[in-house]
Amino acid sequence: MGSAELLQYVVAGFKSGAIYALVALGFTLVYGSTGIINFAQGEFFMLGGVLSVFYYRLGLPLLLAALAGVVTTAGVGLAFERLALRPRRDAGALVLIIITIGGSMVMKSLTRHIFGPDEATLPEFTPGPSIAFGGVAIERQALWLWGLTIVAVLALTWLYRKTRFGRAMRACSLSHDAARLMGIDTARVVMVSFGLAAALGALAGLAVTPLTQTAWDVGATAGMKGFAAAILGGLGNPVASVIGGLVLGLLESLSVAFLSSTYKDAIALIVLLIVLFLRPQGLIGRARREKV
Amino acid sequence: MTSDSILAVERLSAGYGRVAVLRDVSVDLAAGEMVALIGANGAGKTTLLRSLAGLLKPSGGRVWLEGADVTGMAPERLVRQGMALVPEGRMLFGPMTVTENLLLGAHSRPRRDESVRTDMDRVSALFPVLVERSSQPAATLSGGEQQMLAVGRALMSSPRVLLLDEPSLGLAPKVIADIFRVLKSLRSEGLSILLVEQDARLALRHADRGYVMRTGEIALAGTGAQLLENDDVRHIYLGARHDSRG
Ligand SMILES: Nc1ncnc2c1ncn2[C@@H]1O[C@H](COP(=O)(O)OP(=O)(O)O)[C@@H](O)[C@H]1O
Ligand SMILES: [Mg+2]
Repeated sequence: MGSAELLQYVVAGFKSGAIYALVALGFTLVYGSTGIINFAQGEFFMLGGVLSVFYYRLGLPLLLAALAGVVTTAGVGLAFERLALRPRRDAGALVLIIITIGGSMVMKSLTRHIFGPDEATLPEFTPGPSIAFGGVAIERQALWLWGLTIVAVLALTWLYRKTRFGRAMRACSLSHDAARLMGIDTARVVMVSFGLAAALGALAGLAVTPLTQTAWDVGATAGMKGFAAAILGGLGNPVASVIGGLVLGLLESLSVAFLSSTYKDAIALIVLLIVLFLRPQGLIGRARREKV
Repeated sequence: MTSDSILAVERLSAGYGRVAVLRDVSVDLAAGEMVALIGANGAGKTTLLRSLAGLLKPSGGRVWLEGADVTGMAPERLVRQGMALVPEGRMLFGPMTVTENLLLGAHSRPRRDESVRTDMDRVSALFPVLVERSSQPAATLSGGEQQMLAVGRALMSSPRVLLLDEPSLGLAPKVIADIFRVLKSLRSEGLSILLVEQDARLALRHADRGYVMRTGEIALAGTGAQLLENDDVRHIYLGARHDSRG
């Protein structure tokens, strides 16, 4: 294999990797503030694509349709937490996780019911031929994808590190009791993290739609990959989640290059199992913190 | 309940699930007073403080703070009413810096409250070591420094009532002396303090009054001096096993 060809695989790997990173960030945000895995995270990815297509077909300009898709999905995330999870928040992690699985099924069937079973797509944000770069062809939409991922990560880092609300979110991820003693409204922090997680998932789902199409059933795979990425990097740590996403995308792409495309989707599962067995705190994460 | 008490606890009951721990506990605290609550391990001291701070919903009884009924109020609201807890085990935000911990202590106050800065300076003056450590993660501090941070963080909410759960636990005598010096200076500035201690002699020597708790009930009450003289207290809490620490 020539180096240009290899590089092409690397580019492809980072393309999926950016998607996984955004979905993984959603897992990490919710895990951080609640200590639970939100198995509806993949459906936020799906809703981002499907809803943006819906708004676009209504006649909204593309970027406005995308924004509306993100905002609506964030609203779904907020409502899901408020209506389905908060009433049972004292029931323990297992019950809450099962509710997220149920929620994911409901979101999926409702989407199929309302928007139909067919695949749909969006135009590229800036149509045009791929950009040649060092013998590698890079789709313009991939640049959008990377750009949006970088912006999302920077925005999230700024929120976490520099704002009062971000400080409250971090406090919440360490101990709800201690956070409440500081006067932090932990219920609100939890709800907002669901909203943010939904927005990130939606962003990934709609940005990739021009490349892969979308439909009511794309959430499960995206969710699984994002979850594997989050576990690989280290659940609960945003930077680690992004790195986990990129590494997973790269591993998948290289497995196609050197093994066979048959194994591509199994990689995430294999990575998940290996990490859980050998290094449950992830590549970067430290030993898991006590949850209160 | 006396009319001048800033905190009055009337026949409070509380527990975990179906396990009752506190039964009819009545305690009060006058403005500017330091009251010690002593008792053996498992007597229910932490349970009482957690109930007062709102982390545990009482199953019966009343809590009055500055004349207002605050029974069952959530902790995030109670801290805005002027009650702060320095919890057992400190519960610091370990990976976050000393400064961030202190800022979180002020989270309950209005965003642009000028006096937050003043209080930050005041805490820095009380615990100068926290200034040296300001950008270090709280978890990297020594035990004594962590306890100072826990007290400083609680003070950042500008409380009128401070609840402390075993601040001396595991600390060297010199550090304990430092912390008690600060507590007494806070009291002289008008702060009301309810102090839980296992080290009965230490607590009673510094406190104006004390309560002795036994299996979820108040067994004895009196001034610090009275309790130190009391035969039961001497026998059970000040015996050979509980040597004075300096
Ligand atoms: N989270 C809990 N769940 C059930 N029982 C508890 C819990 N915490 C404390 N207890 C019980 O309540 C009693 C009082 O404990 P605690 O208030 O911690 O006592 P103290 O602070 O005086 O040592 C003990 O019997 C203890 O076993
Ligand atoms: Mg205790």
